[in-house]
Amino acid sequence: MKMTEPTDVTVVGTTAPQPPPAPVTRSAAGSRLRIARLRDVALIPAIVLIGAIGTYVSPVFLTKRNLIEVLQQQSEISLVVLAEAMILILGRLDLSLESTVGLAPAIAAWLVLPKSPGHGQGIEIAGGWAVPIALGVGVIIGIVNGLLIVRFQLNGFIVTLGMLITLRGLQSGISKGQTFFGLPKSMLYLGTTIWWGLPVSVWVSLFLFAIGIVALGYTRHGRSLYAIGGNIAAARAAGIRVERVIWVVLTIGSTLAALAGILLAGRLGSVAQSSGNGWIFTVFAGAVIGGISMNGGKGTIFGAFTGILLLFIVQNVLTLGGVHAEWINFLNGAIILGALVISRISSGQAQTI
Amino acid sequence: MASSQRHEAAGPAPANGSRPAVEAVDITKRYGPTTALNNVSLTVADGDAHALVGRNGAGKSTLVSIITGLQEADAGDVLFRGLPAPSIANRDAWRRLVACVYQKSTIIRSLSVAENLFLNRQHTAGPVISWRAMRKQAQEMVDEWDIAVDVQRNADELTVEQREMVEIARALSFGARFIVLDEPTAQLDGRGVTRLFDRLRAVQATGVSFLYISHHIEEIFQICQTVTVFRDARHIMTSRVADISTTDLVNAMTGDTEILNATEHRTVKRAGAPVLEVDALSQAGRFRDVSFDVGPGEVVAITGSGSSGRIALAETIVGLRKATSGTLKVNGVTPRAGSVASALSAGIGFVPRDRHQEGLVEGLSVAENLTMTVTRHLGRAGFIDPRQRDARAKRAIHDLSIVASGPEQLAGSLSGGNQQKVVMGRALANDPKLLVLMHPTAGVDVRSKATLIEVIDKVRDAGTAVLIVSDELEDLRPADRVLVMLHGEVVTELARGWQDSDVVAATEGIGREDD
Repeated sequence: MKMTEPTDVTVVGTTAPQPPPAPVTRSAAGSRLRIARLRDVALIPAIVLIGAIGTYVSPVFLTKRNLIEVLQQQSEISLVVLAEAMILILGRLDLSLESTVGLAPAIAAWLVLPKSPGHGQGIEIAGGWAVPIALGVGVIIGIVNGLLIVRFQLNGFIVTLGMLITLRGLQSGISKGQTFFGLPKSMLYLGTTIWWGLPVSVWVSLFLFAIGIVALGYTRHGRSLYAIGGNIAAARAAGIRVERVIWVVLTIGSTLAALAGILLAGRLGSVAQSSGNGWIFTVFAGAVIGGISMNGGKGTIFGAFTGILLLFIVQNVLTLGGVHAEWINFLNGAIILGALVISRISSGQAQTI
Repeated sequence: MASSQRHEAAGPAPANGSRPAVEAVDITKRYGPTTALNNVSLTVADGDAHALVGRNGAGKSTLVSIITGLQEADAGDVLFRGLPAPSIANRDAWRRLVACVYQKSTIIRSLSVAENLFLNRQHTAGPVISWRAMRKQAQEMVDEWDIAVDVQRNADELTVEQREMVEIARALSFGARFIVLDEPTAQLDGRGVTRLFDRLRAVQATGVSFLYISHHIEEIFQICQTVTVFRDARHIMTSRVADISTTDLVNAMTGDTEILNATEHRTVKRAGAPVLEVDALSQAGRFRDVSFDVGPGEVVAITGSGSSGRIALAETIVGLRKATSGTLKVNGVTPRAGSVASALSAGIGFVPRDRHQEGLVEGLSVAENLTMTVTRHLGRAGFIDPRQRDARAKRAIHDLSIVASGPEQLAGSLSGGNQQKVVMGRALANDPKLLVLMHPTAGVDVRSKATLIEVIDKVRDAGTAVLIVSDELEDLRPADRVLVMLHGEVVTELARGWQDSDVVAATEGIGREDD
């Protein structure tokens, strides 16, 4: 629907009566905007600061190899953060994404690989089908989630928790707990190829985030996510097809998780039973640190990206600084809690969920 | 019935002989056994500001949802300018015909004003939203409406009045020339109301017609030309505002209820220090400077419209809210502010506003619900003796004639009336010195209502002070005194022998010169 011209906004019809007189009084316009934008880039200084500390701690930090490694390590999980960020903005959540990361490439490998070696099913579909199959699995999982949450109106937390367990169980069932290896070239390609000096997975991640930023910031469908998350009744009253949007976003989310699984499998050259296991906590942490509200309707995709990037840079600096791996989880948790307290203070709103 | 009156000369913007903006003809709507609208008709002439008034449950909201296309009538027709209304599914068509500002805000507070104005129809350049163009348009729109806001600000930074105006501007921007305003002043203060009315008059001057729903009769005399009264799902009358007095209007709204007024007012107020003493109690933004006391055996009622602050006041007395200033004493002691536990031990028992929210744990048994406040009397060392509990519960079930299979039945499976009796039973469980009842008979059948009123009489005979907070006339009947609140202040105190019309007039804010 095209907007009418501004003069026709209040009055569409016959005679053109004059709108009420308008002595314009604008209040501090620019500064508001600047603050709103600032929230978006709030983590950039933190990332720079951690980078500076990293440079001081270890000469390795600023090397090209190390930075590329950080980017590649976070490229797969960042796709899940992108998915979860959209779902959280919508006012929902999806815990099952991490199981999709494992299951989607596992099913592809199972159908493509021979019985031995590789632990495949034995059908041995052509290797070129592996990526489309994995993505298709993601689509199906999203549709099932939508069916349960939107159509049957079940609680999203429990549904996706159930799916998390079911999907992980399905994976261990078909793989008999084994790791799929000897993956076809098409699956390895995305995880191993270098384009213009950067791994393909990094390009994929950056590209999809760019699309996400544009879609949620600058398209009508994207903005409807914020409307639904902010006030679902108002969104419905504005003619937004709430159920359809939720369904589509859940499906896009699962598909992104499947893609993350393909990238991970490609990089490691195999699909392990544990792939993606436990990611969901880091995913939520990254999104929330990046300014996505657990209550829906707030936050940006760019913010989510800086959130997960910050977490991985901190981890990298800690590792380079010689902190024992056993302490990393403790520090991760402390960072998450600290970030929550800061966002609570800065937003001034209680976080209830 | 005056269903198709024309008011050609009505209003400052004379309609140029065109068809009425909207006609609702012989509308009937039922929800299960209750009839929400019984064969009512309403016609809003072109360019007219038409008020629709009636007490709670008169059917106003149902009519609004039917003429704005949210619900379909069981029988009857809706016509816009003589043409039949579009089908319910066609939201866009409805929006071009009728704009509505609902009681509940449909502004999304986490989004900017600009985005709220263009929700789901953002200005796009190709597939991508052009924020700059949209902001510019939005700013022009609010400037036209003289809303002094920067459209880039988040909606939660606006004042109530500004949000209201943004909502009106948005509703009308779809092209409708007819707008329904459902209680637009409910959250505004006096000056906000005046400014809103100035705006509405300006809008009307451009030829827009209004249907104006309000509880406040004074407002109708200020900005409407025609008024229709509904009562008990029926159309009672339609008249030019200029031809009717406030008394006539109040009588039309209350109907024959004066006859019922003959119920005896028996006072068993006893000598002795007041049980409840409230002195200059205030809570910022809710109520100001409220002072009164309730003696032993006395029943005092507090009434007022939805925004009057009566519920906030009651919730402050029972410890659900904290007062900003002033003092509150129960039996001479001041309970800790904002602590229900402290209020209970000071001798307060209360029925909360909404039994579904604060009154009952529907998944627990009747016995557990009844004894929730007195578990420490049910056993030793923190244990609960089920036999003691059930014995107590059985007594309450008998005293309040609760229809339940036994103490173990789940509270959620009782009928509404019996649920409310359980809530009342819980309020009485600690033998309170002061009983505070908020909407005690809301959603309750006639027989349960009678039982609950009897209970009130019984406890007052025993010397308990009772405070009833409600907007239902029937709830107020046992009261010796009625305090009427308006915009957060007690404006009127009606002594024994009060009439329904006094209460209604005071509630609607009639007879107050200094506003």
